Amino acid sequence: MIDIKNLDTYAKNTWCPGCGNFSILNSIKSVISELSGQIPIENFVIVSGIGCHAKIVDYINVNSFYSLHGRAVPAAEGIKIANPRLKVIVFAGDGDAYGEGLEHLIFAAKRNIDITVIVHNNRVYGLTVGQCTPTSPLGFKGKSTPAGTVEIPFNPLHLLLSSGATFIARGYTHGIDLLKDIFKQAVLHKGFSIVDTLQVCVSFYNMYDYYSKRVYTLKDHNIYDYQSALNKIKEWDYNTDSPISLGVFYKKETATFEENIVKNKNDVSGQRNISKIINERQEIIKKILASLT
Amino acid sequence: MPQRLTKTANEVFAEAMRQINPDVVAAYPITPATEVVQIFSQFVADGKVKTEFVAVESEHSAMSACIGASACGVRTLTGTSSQGLAYMWEMLYIASGLRLPIVMAVVNRALSSPINIHCDHSDTMGARDCGWIQIFSENVQESYDNFLQAVRIAEHQDVRLPVMVTTDGFILSHCLEVVEVLEDETVRKFIGENPERKSILDVENPFTLGALDLQDYYFEHKRQQAEGMKNSLNLIPLIGKEFGDKFGRYYDFAESYKLDDAEIAIVIMGSTAGTAKDVVDQLRDEGKKVGLLKLRVFRPFPANVIQKALENIKVVGIMDRADSVNAISGPLYPEICTSLYDSDKKPLLVDYIYGLGGREVREEDIQLVFSELFNILKTGKTYNLKYIGVRE
Ligand SMILES: Cc1ncc(C[n+]2csc(CCOP(=O)(O)OP(=O)(O)O)c2C)c(N)n1
Ligand code: SF4
Ligand SMILES: [Mg+2]
Repeated sequence: MIDIKNLDTYAKNTWCPGCGNFSILNSIKSVISELSGQIPIENFVIVSGIGCHAKIVDYINVNSFYSLHGRAVPAAEGIKIANPRLKVIVFAGDGDAYGEGLEHLIFAAKRNIDITVIVHNNRVYGLTVGQCTPTSPLGFKGKSTPAGTVEIPFNPLHLLLSSGATFIARGYTHGIDLLKDIFKQAVLHKGFSIVDTLQVCVSFYNMYDYYSKRVYTLKDHNIYDYQSALNKIKEWDYNTDSPISLGVFYKKETATFEENIVKNKNDVSGQRNISKIINERQEIIKKILASLT
Repeated sequence: MPQRLTKTANEVFAEAMRQINPDVVAAYPITPATEVVQIFSQFVADGKVKTEFVAVESEHSAMSACIGASACGVRTLTGTSSQGLAYMWEMLYIASGLRLPIVMAVVNRALSSPINIHCDHSDTMGARDCGWIQIFSENVQESYDNFLQAVRIAEHQDVRLPVMVTTDGFILSHCLEVVEVLEDETVRKFIGENPERKSILDVENPFTLGALDLQDYYFEHKRQQAEGMKNSLNLIPLIGKEFGDKFGRYYDFAESYKLDDAEIAIVIMGSTAGTAKDVVDQLRDEGKKVGLLKLRVFRPFPANVIQKALENIKVVGIMDRADSVNAISGPLYPEICTSLYDSDKKPLLVDYIYGLGGREVREEDIQLVFSELFNILKTGKTYNLKYIGVRE
């Protein structure tokens, strides 16, 4: 097991003091540390979009890929398909995943590829200093909408449930134990998992008080029941005031995209399959490494 | 009376947009261009303009929305930078192919990868064959003046093409300069009314834009588009002269600086022209015959103007703030070569790639370029490409 301290990097942290991103960073580091007993640390790959959230890849000492604004999910899919043994975790912004690159999220959910997407949903474009995003509430006064938005936000979890996501959860950056638990379940889920994380942006949209008054942890909820999941997901529409549930809404066990690919490959050719390809590649890499030492 | 104000290029772009008072602006934020539209959205909120402002979900959507709006015949503006411009790429061709006079502020910033937010010209250069007119600015004043002229150029019936006006990211977009801002009424008169064009909102005469155009007519439409770009060669200097006659600042395709009797010169675009002019002055004080050609308009490429300006020079250094990564040169170099090919007096040409990703360009760098050029003059031996200011 890798000690959590060994997951630190030398990069200077430039998030604003009090930013919710710190909770996400600490929670995921602790999850990676814990899981490193069963998953080799070199098999973790973290992928980010562009935004404040994206800096997280600089702050965790595992393999990482800093992608483009909106394109974290397809990059992660490519990584996973190339080597299905990797544990691929995406960190995306709400602007990133729900705006600029929304289509990728829907298709990743649809094909049930085994990656985890953690959305730092601060409901604002943080890095470009405070404009509205697809989850900003109606009337949100941001830098690009000084008179308030005229659009109603969408509920990303509702959208992802309809898109076929097989693990759907909501976290909050206040209350780190719950966040850790949700992240851990998401990372261990076999298939596409999404954690919409209410991440407070203290500089441009400080919702600590608002959320803290309304959040509660899901209890006695059957995560395998689609209808109950739908009802719970619809309880809060990201716009009107209502209780906000935290925890896992939905989970379904079904074949992943990679498994289906392997199956089809075997069906078609009867010979080559993905694990064989990977084994071959790993042999090659071993040889190269051996020749270097 | 025009006002003398202290403003950044982003601020004057927003100011120009307010004065133009467009019908539609659709945009998506990106550093260092975010402010342009952000300041403008405050004008919208304060009721200072009649504009419908759409805070869309991506740049692809921003340009698409602008295309839709402009197709309805209304005045449409936007702004972006770097990855934003890259993401618009597909739609840039639609705007020019449909002959829609959209005007866009582009704040030059390096393209990923690796990610960088500072100035170079790779974003604009990446869009150089999209059929847009491209105008570069040396300073904040030019950014403002160019933006106003762009509306006239884009909307002229002989041209009818979209225009991007660029400014250098951070160097101009975020730096204050004393500029002259015209009165609102003066601007309104200069740009005139939005000219009538055939539009899809004309319910009496319905028609389709962007319809399937195969072997039968596609080529003719493309030929017409090329003609529009060619026509802009006549129009751009006329508008520049009219602007000068009215407001005292004259514009043409390029600005010759101490070129008349020069033996050695550099060609440059954007803000570094200012630094380079200082170096030219220093060398002139030392009695050296050096000069500079600042290229303002990259599309259309004013080949004749370039040929006339450079054919009597002995050695010319071309300054490219973007790399074509083609194992030959940056994007400006081949265009200059083409311009001079027909001339019997061919100067020796060398390409210098400089300032990528916001790498600072100091006077010493330009001095180095000139000393290289002097060396070439002396020895008669040249090379085609050198990188300036990089560790290698
Ligand atoms: C194609 C493209 N458009 C715009 C940008 C500029 N940009 C960088 S981050 C960002 C928004 C970030 O918001 P979000 O994804 O919510 O992340 P946060 O900063 O809030 O964590 C934008 C618009 C970009 N990098 N690339
Ligand atoms: S701007 Fe907001 S999201 Fe970005 S680091 Fe600061 S508090 Fe965090
Ligand atoms: Mg955000």
